[in-house]
Amino acid sequence: MTTIRKFIAGFWLDAVSLLVISAIFVVPFIFIVLTAAKTGPEAAQFEFSPPSQFLLLENISAVLEFGDRRMFLAMWNSLIITVGSITLIVLLSSAVAFVMQRRKDRMASLASSIILAGLIIPPAVVPTIFLLQEIGLYRTLLGLIMVQVAFTLPFATITLRAFMASIPREIDEAAIIDGASPLQVYFRVILPLLRPAIITVIVVSSVTIYNDFTGPLYFLPGRENVTVQLTMYSYISQFSSQWHLLFANVLVITIPPLIMFMFFQRQIVAGLTSGAIKG
Amino acid sequence: MNHDLRPKSVLRTYPHWFYLPAAIVFGVFFLVPTLAAFYFSMTRWTLFDATYIGFDNYVRFFQDPQLTAGLRNTAIYAVMTSGLKVIISLPLAILLTSRLHLKSLLRGIIFFPVLVSTVAVGITFSVLMQPSQGLINTVLRALSLGAPDWLGNPSLALISVALVDVWKGLGIATVLFISGILSIPNDYFEAARLEGGAWVKFRYVILPLSRNAAFTVILLSFIGGLRTFDLIWTMTRGGPGFASDVLTSVIFKQYQAGFYGLSTAGNVILFILVTIIVYPLMRFFNRRELEEL
Repeated sequence: MTTIRKFIAGFWLDAVSLLVISAIFVVPFIFIVLTAAKTGPEAAQFEFSPPSQFLLLENISAVLEFGDRRMFLAMWNSLIITVGSITLIVLLSSAVAFVMQRRKDRMASLASSIILAGLIIPPAVVPTIFLLQEIGLYRTLLGLIMVQVAFTLPFATITLRAFMASIPREIDEAAIIDGASPLQVYFRVILPLLRPAIITVIVVSSVTIYNDFTGPLYFLPGRENVTVQLTMYSYISQFSSQWHLLFANVLVITIPPLIMFMFFQRQIVAGLTSGAIKG
Repeated sequence: MNHDLRPKSVLRTYPHWFYLPAAIVFGVFFLVPTLAAFYFSMTRWTLFDATYIGFDNYVRFFQDPQLTAGLRNTAIYAVMTSGLKVIISLPLAILLTSRLHLKSLLRGIIFFPVLVSTVAVGITFSVLMQPSQGLINTVLRALSLGAPDWLGNPSLALISVALVDVWKGLGIATVLFISGILSIPNDYFEAARLEGGAWVKFRYVILPLSRNAAFTVILLSFIGGLRTFDLIWTMTRGGPGFASDVLTSVIFKQYQAGFYGLSTAGNVILFILVTIIVYPLMRFFNRRELEEL
Protein backbone atom coordinates (compact mmCIF):
# COMPACT_ATOMS: atom_id res chain seq x y z
CA MET A 1 0.00 0.00 0.00
CA THR A 2 2.60 2.50 1.07
CA THR A 3 4.67 1.96 -2.06
CA ILE A 4 1.63 2.61 -4.20
CA ARG A 5 0.81 5.70 -2.21
CA LYS A 6 4.43 6.86 -2.54
CA PHE A 7 4.30 6.24 -6.25
CA ILE A 8 1.13 8.29 -6.58
CA ALA A 9 2.56 11.09 -4.43
CA GLY A 10 5.70 11.06 -6.59
CA PHE A 11 3.56 11.19 -9.69
CA TRP A 12 1.73 14.26 -8.43
CA LEU A 13 4.94 16.08 -7.62
CA ASP A 14 6.21 15.29 -11.10
CA ALA A 15 2.98 16.39 -12.74
CA VAL A 16 2.72 19.65 -10.81
CA SER A 17 6.40 20.52 -11.37
CA LEU A 18 6.11 19.78 -15.08
CA LEU A 19 2.97 21.87 -15.37
CA VAL A 20 4.30 24.91 -13.51
CA ILE A 21 7.76 24.85 -15.07
CA SER A 22 6.37 24.40 -18.59
CA ALA A 23 3.85 27.19 -18.09
CA ILE A 24 6.66 29.55 -17.17
CA PHE A 25 9.51 28.37 -19.38
CA VAL A 26 7.97 26.65 -22.40
CA VAL A 27 4.90 28.78 -23.11
CA PRO A 28 6.97 31.77 -24.33
CA PHE A 29 8.65 29.52 -26.92
CA ILE A 30 5.31 28.11 -28.05
CA PHE A 31 4.13 31.70 -28.36
CA ILE A 32 7.08 32.45 -30.65
CA VAL A 33 6.22 29.53 -32.93
CA LEU A 34 2.48 30.32 -32.99
CA THR A 35 3.05 34.00 -33.78
CA ALA A 36 5.64 33.15 -36.42
CA ALA A 37 3.01 31.01 -38.18
CA LYS A 38 0.27 33.66 -38.32
CA THR A 39 -0.73 36.29 -40.85
CA GLY A 40 0.42 39.85 -40.22
CA PRO A 41 -2.86 41.25 -38.81
CA GLU A 42 -3.46 38.12 -36.76
CA ALA A 43 0.04 38.24 -35.23
CA ALA A 44 -0.52 41.88 -34.30
CA GLN A 45 -3.33 40.76 -31.97
CA PHE A 46 -0.64 39.35 -29.63
CA GLU A 47 -2.95 36.50 -28.69
CA PHE A 48 -1.81 33.11 -27.52
CA SER A 49 -3.90 31.15 -29.99
CA PRO A 50 -3.40 28.71 -32.87
CA PRO A 51 -3.02 30.44 -36.24
CA SER A 52 -6.07 30.31 -38.51
CA GLN A 53 -3.77 29.50 -41.45
CA PHE A 54 -0.45 27.84 -40.72
CA LEU A 55 2.05 30.06 -42.55
CA LEU A 56 5.27 29.18 -40.70
CA LEU A 57 7.28 28.15 -43.77
CA GLU A 58 5.97 31.09 -45.82
CA ASN A 59 6.93 33.55 -43.09
CA ILE A 60 10.36 32.01 -42.61
CA SER A 61 11.07 32.19 -46.33
CA ALA A 62 9.85 35.81 -46.32
CA VAL A 63 12.37 36.53 -43.56
CA LEU A 64 15.14 34.82 -45.50
CA GLU A 65 14.26 36.72 -48.68
CA PHE A 66 13.78 40.07 -46.98
CA GLY A 67 15.95 43.02 -48.06
CA ASP A 68 18.07 41.30 -50.71
CA ARG A 69 18.49 38.15 -48.62
CA ARG A 70 20.04 40.12 -45.84
CA MET A 71 19.55 37.19 -43.46
CA PHE A 72 22.08 35.09 -45.37
CA LEU A 73 24.62 37.92 -45.22
CA ALA A 74 23.95 38.23 -41.48
CA MET A 75 24.40 34.51 -40.95
CA TRP A 76 27.60 34.55 -42.95
CA ASN A 77 28.97 37.49 -40.95
CA SER A 78 27.98 35.91 -37.65
CA LEU A 79 29.56 32.64 -38.72
CA ILE A 80 32.88 34.33 -39.63
CA ILE A 81 32.91 36.30 -36.39
CA THR A 82 32.08 33.30 -34.23
CA VAL A 83 34.46 30.84 -35.89
CA GLY A 84 37.27 33.40 -36.18
CA SER A 85 36.98 34.44 -32.54
CA ILE A 86 36.72 30.88 -31.24
CA THR A 87 39.83 29.75 -33.11
CA LEU A 88 41.92 32.57 -31.68
CA ILE A 89 40.41 32.22 -28.20
CA VAL A 90 41.24 28.52 -27.99
CA LEU A 91 44.81 28.93 -29.26
CA LEU A 92 45.69 31.99 -27.16
CA SER A 93 44.00 30.96 -23.93
CA SER A 94 45.28 27.38 -23.94
CA ALA A 95 48.86 28.59 -24.41
CA VAL A 96 48.46 30.90 -21.41
CA ALA A 97 46.68 28.29 -19.30
CA PHE A 98 49.43 25.76 -20.07
CA VAL A 99 52.37 27.92 -18.99
CA MET A 100 50.48 29.54 -16.12
CA GLN A 101 49.44 26.29 -14.50
CA ARG A 102 52.83 24.60 -15.01
CA ARG A 103 55.00 27.47 -13.81
CA LYS A 104 53.07 29.10 -10.96
CA ASP A 105 55.69 31.88 -10.77
CA ARG A 106 55.35 35.61 -10.28
CA MET A 107 54.33 36.08 -13.90
CA ALA A 108 51.53 33.54 -13.40
CA SER A 109 50.13 35.37 -10.41
CA LEU A 110 50.29 38.67 -12.30
CA ALA A 111 48.42 37.04 -15.19
CA SER A 112 45.91 35.69 -12.74
CA SER A 113 45.12 39.15 -11.32
CA ILE A 114 44.78 40.59 -14.82
CA ILE A 115 42.38 37.78 -15.73
CA LEU A 116 40.32 38.49 -12.62
CA ALA A 117 40.10 42.16 -13.58
CA GLY A 118 39.11 41.16 -17.11
CA LEU A 119 36.29 39.03 -15.74
CA ILE A 120 34.68 41.81 -13.74
CA ILE A 121 35.49 45.10 -15.48
CA PRO A 122 33.06 46.00 -18.28
CA PRO A 123 34.60 47.11 -21.57
CA ALA A 124 35.21 50.81 -22.26
CA VAL A 125 33.13 51.26 -25.37
CA VAL A 126 33.96 54.66 -26.89
CA PRO A 127 37.72 54.35 -26.29
CA THR A 128 37.57 50.93 -27.99
CA ILE A 129 35.82 52.47 -31.00
CA PHE A 130 38.48 55.18 -31.08
CA LEU A 131 41.25 52.58 -30.95
CA LEU A 132 39.67 50.50 -33.73
CA GLN A 133 39.39 53.63 -35.88
CA GLU A 134 43.03 54.53 -35.27
CA ILE A 135 44.28 51.11 -36.38
CA GLY A 136 41.80 50.85 -39.25
CA LEU A 137 39.70 48.01 -37.85
CA TYR A 138 36.50 49.91 -37.08
CA ARG A 139 33.53 48.55 -39.06
CA THR A 140 35.48 45.44 -40.00
CA LEU A 141 34.76 41.84 -39.08
CA LEU A 142 38.39 41.46 -38.00
CA GLY A 143 37.98 44.39 -35.59
CA LEU A 144 34.96 42.82 -33.93
CA ILE A 145 36.74 39.45 -33.81
CA MET A 146 39.70 40.96 -31.97
CA VAL A 147 37.37 42.68 -29.49
CA GLN A 148 35.41 39.48 -28.85
CA VAL A 149 38.67 37.57 -28.35
CA ALA A 150 39.92 40.13 -25.82
CA PHE A 151 36.62 40.08 -23.90
CA THR A 152 36.39 36.27 -23.82
CA LEU A 153 40.03 35.39 -23.05
CA PRO A 154 39.68 35.66 -19.24
CA PHE A 155 36.80 33.17 -19.05
CA ALA A 156 38.49 30.77 -21.47
CA THR A 157 41.85 30.90 -19.70
CA ILE A 158 40.39 30.32 -16.27
CA THR A 159 38.38 27.31 -17.50
CA LEU A 160 41.35 25.74 -19.28
CA ARG A 161 43.75 26.40 -16.41
CA ALA A 162 41.43 24.62 -13.98
CA PHE A 163 41.43 21.62 -16.29
CA MET A 164 45.20 21.79 -16.84
CA ALA A 165 45.66 20.96 -13.17
CA SER A 166 44.19 17.52 -13.80
CA ILE A 167 46.78 16.65 -16.47
CA PRO A 168 49.77 15.10 -14.66
CA ARG A 169 53.14 16.83 -15.16
CA GLU A 170 54.75 13.45 -15.67
CA ILE A 171 53.13 13.35 -19.07
CA ASP A 172 54.94 16.50 -20.23
CA GLU A 173 58.15 15.29 -18.62
CA ALA A 174 57.95 12.00 -20.49
CA ALA A 175 57.57 13.93 -23.74
CA ILE A 176 60.52 16.17 -22.79
CA ILE A 177 62.73 13.14 -22.18
CA ASP A 178 61.72 11.90 -25.61
CA GLY A 179 63.13 15.14 -26.93
CA ALA A 180 59.95 17.10 -27.67
CA SER A 181 60.28 20.87 -28.12
CA PRO A 182 57.97 23.26 -26.19
CA LEU A 183 55.72 23.68 -29.21
CA GLN A 184 55.57 19.94 -29.71
CA VAL A 185 54.62 19.36 -26.08
CA TYR A 186 51.92 21.99 -26.36
CA PHE A 187 50.44 20.96 -29.71
CA ARG A 188 50.95 17.20 -29.62
CA VAL A 189 50.53 16.42 -25.93
CA ILE A 190 48.66 19.15 -24.08
CA LEU A 191 46.09 20.32 -26.64
CA PRO A 192 44.70 16.82 -27.26
CA LEU A 193 44.45 16.17 -23.52
CA LEU A 194 42.69 19.50 -22.95
CA ARG A 195 39.97 18.45 -25.38
CA PRO A 196 37.03 18.18 -22.98
CA ALA A 197 37.71 21.64 -21.54
CA ILE A 198 38.31 23.06 -25.02
CA ILE A 199 34.93 21.75 -26.15
CA THR A 200 33.34 23.49 -23.15
CA VAL A 201 35.09 26.76 -24.03
CA ILE A 202 34.09 26.46 -27.69
CA VAL A 203 30.44 25.77 -26.93
CA VAL A 204 29.99 28.41 -24.24
CA SER A 205 31.84 31.18 -26.04
CA SER A 206 30.32 30.46 -29.44
CA VAL A 207 26.83 30.79 -27.96
CA THR A 208 27.86 34.01 -26.18
CA ILE A 209 29.50 35.54 -29.24
CA TYR A 210 26.72 34.46 -31.61
CA ASN A 211 24.12 35.96 -29.26
CA ASP A 212 26.06 39.16 -28.62
CA PHE A 213 24.15 42.30 -29.48
CA THR A 214 26.22 45.05 -27.88
CA GLY A 215 29.48 44.22 -29.69
CA PRO A 216 28.14 44.52 -33.25
CA LEU A 217 25.95 47.48 -32.23
CA TYR A 218 28.99 49.52 -31.19
CA PHE A 219 31.88 48.17 -33.22
CA LEU A 220 30.31 46.98 -36.46
CA PRO A 221 27.74 49.48 -37.72
CA GLY A 222 26.70 49.56 -41.38
CA ARG A 223 24.25 47.60 -43.53
CA GLU A 224 26.83 45.33 -45.12
CA ASN A 225 28.10 44.37 -41.66
CA VAL A 226 24.77 43.18 -40.26
CA THR A 227 24.95 40.25 -37.84
CA VAL A 228 22.24 37.81 -36.87
CA GLN A 229 21.28 39.59 -33.66
CA LEU A 230 20.92 42.91 -35.43
CA THR A 231 18.54 41.54 -38.08
CA MET A 232 15.71 41.81 -35.56
CA TYR A 233 16.68 45.32 -34.69
CA SER A 234 15.62 46.58 -38.13
CA TYR A 235 12.25 44.87 -37.90
CA ILE A 236 11.56 46.69 -34.66
CA SER A 237 12.56 50.08 -35.94
CA GLN A 238 11.27 49.99 -39.53
CA PHE A 239 8.49 47.45 -39.67
CA SER A 240 6.90 47.60 -36.28
CA SER A 241 3.66 46.21 -37.65
CA GLN A 242 5.15 43.02 -39.11
CA TRP A 243 5.03 40.99 -35.96
CA HIS A 244 4.69 37.69 -37.82
CA LEU A 245 8.00 38.31 -39.60
CA LEU A 246 9.67 39.56 -36.44
CA PHE A 247 8.77 36.36 -34.63
CA ALA A 248 9.73 34.22 -37.63
CA ASN A 249 13.08 36.01 -37.42
CA VAL A 250 13.31 35.29 -33.68
CA LEU A 251 12.59 31.63 -34.44
CA VAL A 252 15.24 31.42 -37.18
CA ILE A 253 17.99 32.86 -35.01
CA THR A 254 17.05 30.65 -32.04
CA ILE A 255 17.68 27.46 -34.02
CA PRO A 256 21.52 27.44 -33.73
CA PRO A 257 21.51 27.71 -29.90
CA LEU A 258 18.79 25.04 -29.82
CA ILE A 259 21.05 22.69 -31.79
CA MET A 260 23.98 23.50 -29.49
CA PHE A 261 21.76 22.82 -26.52
CA MET A 262 20.63 19.43 -27.81
CA PHE A 263 24.15 18.20 -28.47
CA PHE A 264 26.22 19.92 -25.80
CA GLN A 265 23.99 20.51 -22.79
CA ARG A 266 26.37 18.66 -20.48
CA GLN A 267 29.47 20.58 -21.59
CA ILE A 268 27.67 23.91 -21.31
CA VAL A 269 26.52 23.17 -17.79
CA ALA A 270 30.00 21.93 -16.86
CA GLY A 271 31.58 25.07 -18.28
CA LEU A 272 29.28 27.43 -16.49
CA THR A 273 29.62 25.72 -13.12
CA SER A 274 33.31 24.83 -12.94
CA GLY A 275 35.07 27.62 -14.78
CA ALA A 276 32.64 30.32 -13.81
CA ILE A 277 34.28 31.75 -10.74
CA LYS A 278 36.79 29.48 -9.06
CA GLY A 279 40.27 29.86 -10.39
CA MET B 1 57.77 29.54 -5.35
CA ASN B 2 60.41 32.05 -6.38
CA HIS B 3 62.97 29.38 -7.04
CA ASP B 4 61.64 26.67 -9.18
CA LEU B 5 63.75 23.61 -8.53
CA ARG B 6 62.79 21.73 -11.65
CA PRO B 7 65.64 21.26 -14.18
CA LYS B 8 66.08 23.84 -16.91
CA SER B 9 65.23 21.30 -19.58
CA VAL B 10 61.75 20.98 -18.02
CA LEU B 11 61.17 24.67 -17.37
CA ARG B 12 62.18 25.46 -20.93
CA THR B 13 59.07 23.61 -22.03
CA TYR B 14 56.90 26.33 -20.45
CA PRO B 15 58.32 29.39 -22.20
CA HIS B 16 57.11 32.81 -21.13
CA TRP B 17 56.54 33.84 -24.72
CA PHE B 18 53.45 31.61 -24.74
CA TYR B 19 51.79 34.50 -22.89
CA LEU B 20 52.68 36.91 -25.66
CA PRO B 21 49.90 36.45 -28.26
CA ALA B 22 47.16 36.59 -25.63
CA ALA B 23 48.86 39.47 -23.83
CA ILE B 24 49.05 41.51 -27.04
CA VAL B 25 45.39 40.99 -27.97
CA PHE B 26 44.13 41.52 -24.43
CA GLY B 27 46.45 44.47 -23.88
CA VAL B 28 45.59 46.27 -27.12
CA PHE B 29 41.86 45.61 -27.24
CA PHE B 30 40.99 45.61 -23.55
CA LEU B 31 43.61 47.18 -21.28
CA VAL B 32 44.55 50.12 -23.50
CA PRO B 33 40.94 51.30 -24.02
CA THR B 34 40.18 50.75 -20.33
CA LEU B 35 43.13 52.90 -19.21
CA ALA B 36 42.50 55.46 -21.96
CA ALA B 37 38.93 55.79 -20.68
CA PHE B 38 40.21 57.49 -17.51
CA TYR B 39 41.86 60.21 -19.61
CA PHE B 40 39.09 60.64 -22.18
CA SER B 41 36.46 60.86 -19.45
CA MET B 42 38.09 64.15 -18.50
CA THR B 43 37.86 65.66 -21.96
CA ARG B 44 35.39 67.17 -24.34
CA TRP B 45 35.91 64.60 -27.04
CA THR B 46 34.90 64.42 -30.69
CA LEU B 47 37.09 61.41 -31.60
CA PHE B 48 39.17 63.82 -33.71
CA ASP B 49 40.33 65.99 -30.86
CA ALA B 50 39.99 65.97 -27.12
CA THR B 51 40.04 69.08 -24.93
CA TYR B 52 40.98 68.50 -21.32
CA ILE B 53 38.22 69.78 -19.03
CA GLY B 54 39.06 68.13 -15.71
CA PHE B 55 36.18 66.65 -13.77
CA ASP B 56 33.44 68.56 -15.64
CA ASN B 57 31.92 65.42 -17.15
CA TYR B 58 31.67 63.80 -13.73
CA VAL B 59 30.14 66.93 -12.20
CA ARG B 60 27.62 66.98 -15.00
CA PHE B 61 26.95 63.30 -14.56
CA PHE B 62 26.12 63.65 -10.89
CA GLN B 63 24.11 66.85 -11.34
CA ASP B 64 21.87 65.67 -14.14
CA PRO B 65 18.86 63.90 -12.57
CA GLN B 66 18.48 61.63 -15.61
CA LEU B 67 22.03 60.42 -15.30
CA THR B 68 21.91 59.87 -11.55
CA ALA B 69 18.65 57.98 -12.09
CA GLY B 70 20.67 55.65 -14.30
CA LEU B 71 23.09 55.05 -11.46
CA ARG B 72 20.32 54.35 -8.96
CA ASN B 73 18.46 52.07 -11.39
CA THR B 74 21.64 50.08 -12.04
CA ALA B 75 21.95 49.39 -8.31
CA ILE B 76 18.27 48.47 -7.96
CA TYR B 77 18.46 46.18 -10.98
CA ALA B 78 21.59 44.36 -9.79
CA VAL B 79 20.27 43.86 -6.25
CA MET B 80 16.85 42.77 -7.44
CA THR B 81 18.01 40.29 -10.08
CA SER B 82 20.68 38.68 -7.91
CA GLY B 83 18.38 38.51 -4.88
CA LEU B 84 15.48 36.97 -6.79
CA LYS B 85 17.73 34.50 -8.57
CA VAL B 86 19.01 33.17 -5.23
CA ILE B 87 15.57 33.06 -3.63
CA ILE B 88 13.94 31.24 -6.54
CA SER B 89 16.76 28.99 -7.70
CA LEU B 90 17.61 27.39 -4.33
CA PRO B 91 14.17 25.79 -3.85
CA LEU B 92 14.15 24.86 -7.54
CA ALA B 93 17.53 23.18 -7.18
CA ILE B 94 16.27 21.24 -4.16
CA LEU B 95 13.23 20.15 -6.15
CA LEU B 96 15.40 19.13 -9.08
CA THR B 97 17.76 17.06 -6.92
CA SER B 98 14.86 15.22 -5.23
CA ARG B 99 13.41 11.91 -6.38
CA LEU B 100 11.57 13.49 -9.29
CA HIS B 101 11.35 11.21 -12.33
CA LEU B 102 11.41 14.09 -14.78
CA LYS B 103 14.26 16.00 -13.20
CA SER B 104 16.66 15.91 -16.14
CA LEU B 105 13.93 17.06 -18.52
CA LEU B 106 12.95 19.88 -16.13
CA ARG B 107 16.59 20.95 -15.65
CA GLY B 108 16.91 21.19 -19.42
CA ILE B 109 13.74 23.23 -19.74
CA ILE B 110 14.85 25.75 -17.12
CA PHE B 111 18.33 25.97 -18.60
CA PHE B 112 17.42 26.53 -22.24
CA PRO B 113 16.58 30.29 -21.98
CA VAL B 114 20.19 30.90 -20.91
CA LEU B 115 21.26 30.03 -24.45
CA VAL B 116 18.64 32.06 -26.29
CA SER B 117 19.68 35.52 -27.42
CA THR B 118 18.75 38.28 -25.02
CA VAL B 119 17.29 40.30 -27.87
CA ALA B 120 14.94 37.46 -28.81
CA VAL B 121 13.84 37.08 -25.19
CA GLY B 122 13.34 40.84 -24.87
CA ILE B 123 11.15 41.02 -27.99
CA THR B 124 9.07 38.04 -26.93
CA PHE B 125 8.42 39.37 -23.45
CA SER B 126 7.62 42.89 -24.64
CA VAL B 127 4.74 41.28 -26.50
CA LEU B 128 3.77 38.93 -23.67
CA MET B 129 3.75 41.91 -21.29
CA GLN B 130 1.62 44.04 -23.60
CA PRO B 131 -1.03 45.52 -21.27
CA SER B 132 -4.33 44.93 -23.07
CA GLN B 133 -3.89 41.77 -25.16
CA GLY B 134 -0.62 40.28 -23.90
CA LEU B 135 -0.70 36.74 -22.56
CA ILE B 136 0.47 37.63 -19.06
CA ASN B 137 -2.32 40.11 -18.46
CA THR B 138 -4.88 37.83 -20.11
CA VAL B 139 -4.00 35.19 -17.53
CA LEU B 140 -3.95 37.69 -14.66
CA ARG B 141 -7.35 39.06 -15.66
CA ALA B 142 -8.78 35.56 -15.81
CA LEU B 143 -7.62 35.11 -12.22
CA SER B 144 -8.87 38.67 -11.43
CA LEU B 145 -5.42 39.78 -10.33
CA GLY B 146 -5.42 43.08 -12.19
CA ALA B 147 -3.65 44.03 -15.40
CA PRO B 148 -0.62 46.24 -14.82
CA ASP B 149 1.05 48.12 -17.66
CA TRP B 150 4.34 46.27 -17.18
CA LEU B 151 6.55 48.30 -19.48
CA GLY B 152 4.51 51.50 -19.81
CA ASN B 153 4.22 52.37 -16.15
CA PRO B 154 7.34 54.34 -15.13
CA SER B 155 7.43 52.90 -11.63
CA LEU B 156 7.10 49.34 -12.92
CA ALA B 157 9.20 49.25 -16.13
CA LEU B 158 12.56 48.59 -14.48
CA ILE B 159 11.10 45.87 -12.27
CA SER B 160 9.44 44.20 -15.27
CA VAL B 161 12.71 44.05 -17.17
CA ALA B 162 14.45 42.71 -14.06
CA LEU B 163 11.84 39.94 -13.83
CA VAL B 164 12.55 38.91 -17.43
CA ASP B 165 16.26 38.93 -16.60
CA VAL B 166 15.54 36.55 -13.72
CA TRP B 167 13.52 34.32 -16.05
CA LYS B 168 16.38 34.15 -18.52
CA GLY B 169 19.19 33.70 -15.99
CA LEU B 170 17.50 31.34 -13.56
CA GLY B 171 18.97 28.34 -15.36
CA ILE B 172 22.58 29.21 -14.50
CA ALA B 173 21.70 29.93 -10.87
CA THR B 174 19.77 26.68 -10.54
CA VAL B 175 22.54 24.64 -12.15
CA LEU B 176 25.09 26.19 -9.77
CA PHE B 177 22.95 25.30 -6.75
CA ILE B 178 22.33 21.79 -8.12
CA SER B 179 26.06 21.15 -8.41
CA GLY B 180 26.50 22.58 -4.91
CA ILE B 181 23.85 20.26 -3.45
CA LEU B 182 25.15 17.23 -5.36
CA SER B 183 28.63 17.79 -3.92
CA ILE B 184 27.35 17.48 -0.32
CA PRO B 185 28.46 14.08 1.03
CA ASN B 186 25.60 11.64 1.46
CA ASP B 187 26.42 11.05 5.18
CA TYR B 188 25.06 14.49 6.01
CA PHE B 189 21.73 13.67 4.42
CA GLU B 190 21.72 10.32 6.22
CA ALA B 191 22.31 12.08 9.54
CA ALA B 192 19.61 14.62 8.80
CA ARG B 193 17.19 11.85 7.96
CA LEU B 194 17.81 10.24 11.34
CA GLU B 195 17.59 13.56 13.19
CA GLY B 196 14.32 14.65 11.71
CA GLY B 197 12.54 15.43 8.52
CA ALA B 198 12.86 17.67 5.56
CA TRP B 199 13.25 20.86 7.60
CA VAL B 200 16.40 19.61 9.34
CA LYS B 201 17.78 18.58 5.99
CA PHE B 202 17.13 22.01 4.54
CA ARG B 203 18.13 24.15 7.53
CA TYR B 204 21.19 22.28 8.78
CA VAL B 205 22.55 20.55 5.67
CA ILE B 206 21.55 22.18 2.39
CA LEU B 207 21.43 25.80 3.50
CA PRO B 208 24.87 26.00 5.18
CA LEU B 209 26.62 23.68 2.73
CA SER B 210 25.42 25.39 -0.42
CA ARG B 211 26.71 28.72 0.80
CA ASN B 212 29.51 28.69 -1.76
CA ALA B 213 27.04 28.12 -4.56
CA ALA B 214 24.97 31.02 -3.20
CA PHE B 215 28.02 33.30 -3.24
CA THR B 216 28.78 32.31 -6.81
CA VAL B 217 25.19 32.96 -7.87
CA ILE B 218 25.16 36.34 -6.15
CA LEU B 219 28.52 37.34 -7.56
CA LEU B 220 27.76 36.29 -11.13
CA SER B 221 24.32 37.85 -11.22
CA PHE B 222 25.61 41.01 -9.57
CA ILE B 223 28.31 41.41 -12.20
CA GLY B 224 25.76 40.62 -14.91
CA GLY B 225 23.18 42.96 -13.42
CA LEU B 226 25.55 45.91 -13.19
CA ARG B 227 26.65 45.40 -16.81
CA THR B 228 23.22 44.70 -18.28
CA PHE B 229 22.32 46.43 -21.53
CA ASP B 230 20.76 44.18 -24.21
CA LEU B 231 17.57 43.37 -22.34
CA ILE B 232 16.81 46.91 -21.22
CA TRP B 233 17.59 48.27 -24.64
CA THR B 234 15.32 45.84 -26.49
CA MET B 235 12.45 46.09 -24.00
CA THR B 236 12.23 49.74 -22.99
CA ARG B 237 15.23 51.67 -24.36
CA GLY B 238 15.47 53.15 -20.89
CA GLY B 239 11.91 54.42 -21.00
CA PRO B 240 9.22 55.44 -20.41
CA GLY B 241 11.07 58.72 -20.19
CA PHE B 242 14.19 57.79 -18.27
CA ALA B 243 12.42 55.49 -15.82
CA SER B 244 14.39 52.36 -16.64
CA ASP B 245 17.68 53.89 -17.78
CA VAL B 246 20.73 52.13 -16.36
CA LEU B 247 24.39 53.13 -16.63
CA THR B 248 24.97 51.14 -19.81
CA SER B 249 21.94 52.61 -21.58
CA VAL B 250 23.02 56.11 -20.50
CA ILE B 251 26.49 55.35 -21.92
CA PHE B 252 24.90 54.29 -25.21
CA LYS B 253 22.57 57.31 -25.40
CA GLN B 254 25.40 59.77 -24.72
CA TYR B 255 27.47 57.98 -27.33
CA GLN B 256 24.66 58.25 -29.90
CA ALA B 257 24.26 61.93 -29.08
CA GLY B 258 27.97 62.45 -29.73
CA PHE B 259 28.94 63.26 -26.12
CA TYR B 260 31.88 60.89 -26.16
CA GLY B 261 33.60 62.36 -23.11
CA LEU B 262 30.43 62.18 -21.04
CA SER B 263 29.71 58.66 -22.27
CA THR B 264 33.21 57.59 -21.25
CA ALA B 265 32.78 59.21 -17.84
CA GLY B 266 29.70 57.01 -17.43
CA ASN B 267 31.86 54.05 -18.39
CA VAL B 268 34.49 54.91 -15.77
CA ILE B 269 31.76 55.27 -13.13
CA LEU B 270 30.58 51.80 -14.12
CA PHE B 271 34.15 50.37 -13.75
CA ILE B 272 34.44 51.90 -10.32
CA LEU B 273 30.99 50.77 -9.22
CA VAL B 274 31.59 47.20 -10.39
CA THR B 275 35.02 47.07 -8.80
CA ILE B 276 34.06 48.49 -5.40
CA ILE B 277 31.08 46.16 -5.12
CA VAL B 278 32.41 42.99 -6.67
CA TYR B 279 36.03 43.00 -5.50
CA PRO B 280 35.27 42.92 -1.74
CA LEU B 281 32.58 40.29 -2.36
CA MET B 282 35.13 38.19 -4.18
CA ARG B 283 37.73 38.55 -1.41
CA PHE B 284 35.13 37.67 1.18
CA PHE B 285 34.03 34.68 -0.84
CA ASN B 286 37.57 33.37 -1.31
CA ARG B 287 38.39 33.77 2.37
CA ARG B 288 35.31 31.79 3.34
CA GLU B 289 36.37 29.09 0.98
CA LEU B 290 39.89 28.95 2.44
CA GLU B 291 38.56 28.64 5.98
CA GLU B 292 36.73 25.51 5.00
CA LEU B 293 39.83 23.73 3.79
